[in-house]
Amino acid sequence: MTEPEITRILATDCGSTTTKAILIERQDGEYRLVARGEAPTTVEAPHEDVTRGVLNAVAEVEELAGRRLLDGESIIRPAAGDTGTDLYLSTSSAGGGLQIMVVGLVRRMTAESAQRAALGAGAIVMDVLALDDGRLPHERIERMRQLRPDMILISGGVDGGEERRVVEMAELVAAANPTARLGASYRLPIIYAGNVDARAAIEETLRDVAELTITDNLRPTMERENLQPTRLVVQDLFLHHVMAQAPGYAKLVPWTDADIMPTPAAVGNLLQMVAEKEHINAVGVDIGGATTDVFSVFDGQFNRTVSANLGMSYSVANVLAEAGVDNALRWVPYQVNSADVINQVRNKMIRPTTIPQELPALHVEHGIAREALRLAFDQHKALAAGLKGVQTERDIADSFSQELSGATLVNMMELDLIVGSGGVLSHAPRRSQAAMMLIDAFLPEGLTRLAVDSIFMMPQLGVLAAVHEQAATDVFWRDCLVPLGCCLAPVGKYRQGKKCLHITLHMPDGERKLDVSWGDFVLVELGEGDTAMITADPVLGVDVGAGKGRAMTAEVTGGQVGLIIDARGRPLHLPDDQHQRIETMRKWQAALQAYPEVAGS
Amino acid sequence: MNVIHAYTPGLRVTERTSVRKLRRLPLPGTVHVKVGDVVKATDVVASTELPGRVHTLNIAHELNCQPDEIHNFMLKAEGDVIEHGEILAETKALFGLFHSFVKAPIGGTIETISHTTGQVLFRGEPVPVELDAYVDGTVVEVHHGEGVTVATECALVQGIFGVGGERYGELQVPVQSPQQPLTAELVDDSCKGCVVVGGSVVTIQGIRAAIEHGAAAVAAGGIASEDLDEFTGMALGVAITGQEDIPVTLIITEGFGELAMAERTFRILKGLAGRRASVSGATQIRAGVIRPEIIVSGTAPARPGPTEEPVSLMSIGSQVRLIREPYFGQLAQVVALPPEPEQIPTEAKVRVLQARLAEGTVVTVPRANVELIQG
Repeated sequence: MTEPEITRILATDCGSTTTKAILIERQDGEYRLVARGEAPTTVEAPHEDVTRGVLNAVAEVEELAGRRLLDGESIIRPAAGDTGTDLYLSTSSAGGGLQIMVVGLVRRMTAESAQRAALGAGAIVMDVLALDDGRLPHERIERMRQLRPDMILISGGVDGGEERRVVEMAELVAAANPTARLGASYRLPIIYAGNVDARAAIEETLRDVAELTITDNLRPTMERENLQPTRLVVQDLFLHHVMAQAPGYAKLVPWTDADIMPTPAAVGNLLQMVAEKEHINAVGVDIGGATTDVFSVFDGQFNRTVSANLGMSYSVANVLAEAGVDNALRWVPYQVNSADVINQVRNKMIRPTTIPQELPALHVEHGIAREALRLAFDQHKALAAGLKGVQTERDIADSFSQELSGATLVNMMELDLIVGSGGVLSHAPRRSQAAMMLIDAFLPEGLTRLAVDSIFMMPQLGVLAAVHEQAATDVFWRDCLVPLGCCLAPVGKYRQGKKCLHITLHMPDGERKLDVSWGDFVLVELGEGDTAMITADPVLGVDVGAGKGRAMTAEVTGGQVGLIIDARGRPLHLPDDQHQRIETMRKWQAALQAYPEVAGS
Repeated sequence: MNVIHAYTPGLRVTERTSVRKLRRLPLPGTVHVKVGDVVKATDVVASTELPGRVHTLNIAHELNCQPDEIHNFMLKAEGDVIEHGEILAETKALFGLFHSFVKAPIGGTIETISHTTGQVLFRGEPVPVELDAYVDGTVVEVHHGEGVTVATECALVQGIFGVGGERYGELQVPVQSPQQPLTAELVDDSCKGCVVVGGSVVTIQGIRAAIEHGAAAVAAGGIASEDLDEFTGMALGVAITGQEDIPVTLIITEGFGELAMAERTFRILKGLAGRRASVSGATQIRAGVIRPEIIVSGTAPARPGPTEEPVSLMSIGSQVRLIREPYFGQLAQVVALPPEPEQIPTEAKVRVLQARLAEGTVVTVPRANVELIQG
């Protein structure tokens, strides 16, 4: 089917708890979102059939859009008038998503490459076993038995390199004889993507215990990663083995016009497409109830990480445990009793659907969100890195820099766009709250656009991007993204109150000049759809993106918040003194009009 | 866009209901009962053997030879039963004057000998596993080689959170009211082997006393977070529990902090004092929700009717519990269900309800922040 023939597209995302359906139509030459419906996911008892939830979500779309899409229990195709759809697509993370265990030789080298491949394919990495993981062989075997992954990915050894140790690890896998999570009757898929010379021995070791797939070495040389073949095999096995065992998927698969993608893989797909088309570096984050996914594309290189226990409901208590209560509460603009807060947070965990009713609870929730985002981004920066173990020639200049092999690819000064999604960001009562959370957690440098995903339809658009790029792009920019505005953050030696920057803005309503000092946090009104030319002229030693002391001119786009000038310094320092900290937080929040006035302020 | 949340389905608290418990072995084994058998909670209904722990030893490394040479030196073959310390492989040099040998690190069976890596895998003795019935009841289904389903007529109290595995004991209620904390002074030797029920909270001293006097489990309205962490020895992260290695199982019915146990829950447990209970602290708050529970089998058969099924519809007059500050823990009656979303103090626009608190005040709360009281 060629692109112009597509007039209506139906797409669903079968999540762990909710199945979300969107309907897209071609209107006046462009694709727009028409309606969105949702229904509880029905993978588990009593229904045990994912298609029930899909049909219910589509029925809601039918009602909201005034279209007839279902004929009993089948989706009507093609579109004709107000009936039917031309395309039906779906993603899935129901039943806990795709859970992979990674086995490699060296944790920071081949095992890390394998981890990147699995994450990029949309998987949750349950554990990474490696020769240097500090565990005894029987502990590794116990772990494999205990975890029951959907599949195992074995890597190890560059081509022509170490062979025996890879086979040794495979022997442990065989000894564990792990069973698959879903469906006791089918053999666990194992992917081997290591040293080509070890293939025969691997096959001999594993053929009797698992469904073995051999693919290209994901680390053929120390200097090169080749992750794509592994990612494709992972996604293919997910579709044809893992999902085939999940209740109702055998029915759902033939309904779709393209392969069902794991939800995170679809989001990654979309972000890559957007970054490529716009020639930008982008970071996307999805902060959910249980996990936080971070996606990045820098210079065309895509990375994804999932922080399995950083979330805002099921794992909210874990954010406190990992970040520390004081870190979470430093964002709250009043003194609070930390023991009470811990109790409240745990009560949220055990009753995960509750929402903050009063302002203090909202402040606490947003403080925790900043910490979850910060920790998840730290983990992302560590994994989205150059290859470790690569020998590089260093000259005199290099010896003065601290850069090592394996340095992160995430360069905040080069970052153009941050997209946030997940309830705490997308449903924040004021958009400026979402903007502050993103800025405080990610600490963008230079000029960065900020946006949130309005109703989390990036998964559906990601799978759509694979078959109809224009429709995915149109809806992404027009209906999915809510532009918050831009953040301009100078970087340099922080001296409170000292001038760091002069800004000239050519706004729709005229020219505006602004002197910015360290410590300033300023909001300049620039509405959605508006643009302005900005010239930021930093003082000596300060960088806004064009190099230290060099002026930068660029176009800035507005949004529901506006242009935020953030001269609070990088990293951000909050005063240790409680009164000063509270005063500072209130000042910052007032600058962005982020919250209603706090009593006593 | 407005957030529309569904309200939380409540926990089951009922004097009479039917419960079916699937008892499944971790690996296929033998089922020892048949459909229709009447079983006690502690009766073994199925058993199996878990494969022994695997140990590895690289013989090539030990003997300083190539992996493909080890067959020349092995004294044992795959499948051989070996004893701890038995010689497995041996080399002789210089006309037998110098010996190198490798001894078995464990007793068990040789599972594999790899001529590619020189690695030998040993499987230890199998570990027997016995599965009990957990509740007093009747076997209603046998899952061939895997386990059974046991049905029971019982009283059921689901908690909101727990730690620790399955345990059994007589219910003992040393507190006088659901508001009274369970403190150390209330726990004595009479609590040995019992499920001890407290009121609003159990203190860390109360838990310590329960451990000291050999109680099987403790149930209370709440627990302070810091006390829970001290009890389990770790900061609670994700609510997936039940595997903790702790001497008593703990079940919390309301939440964290000092929270009076719901009157109805307390009344039911008080009424069952002296009866034998099966309890589990296992909690999982994600897809496939598992809540901790107290089951007392042997109550009269469940009344048929809608009260036996979880209530799924809220209407004016419904009894609810408010489950978020500023009214956390309070009981109320729904007096209005406005259809349109309303703005709450955080400025979020959400669906709300109006409810009359026990002391008469009518408050507006998000529907997401109430729990239906059912059972």
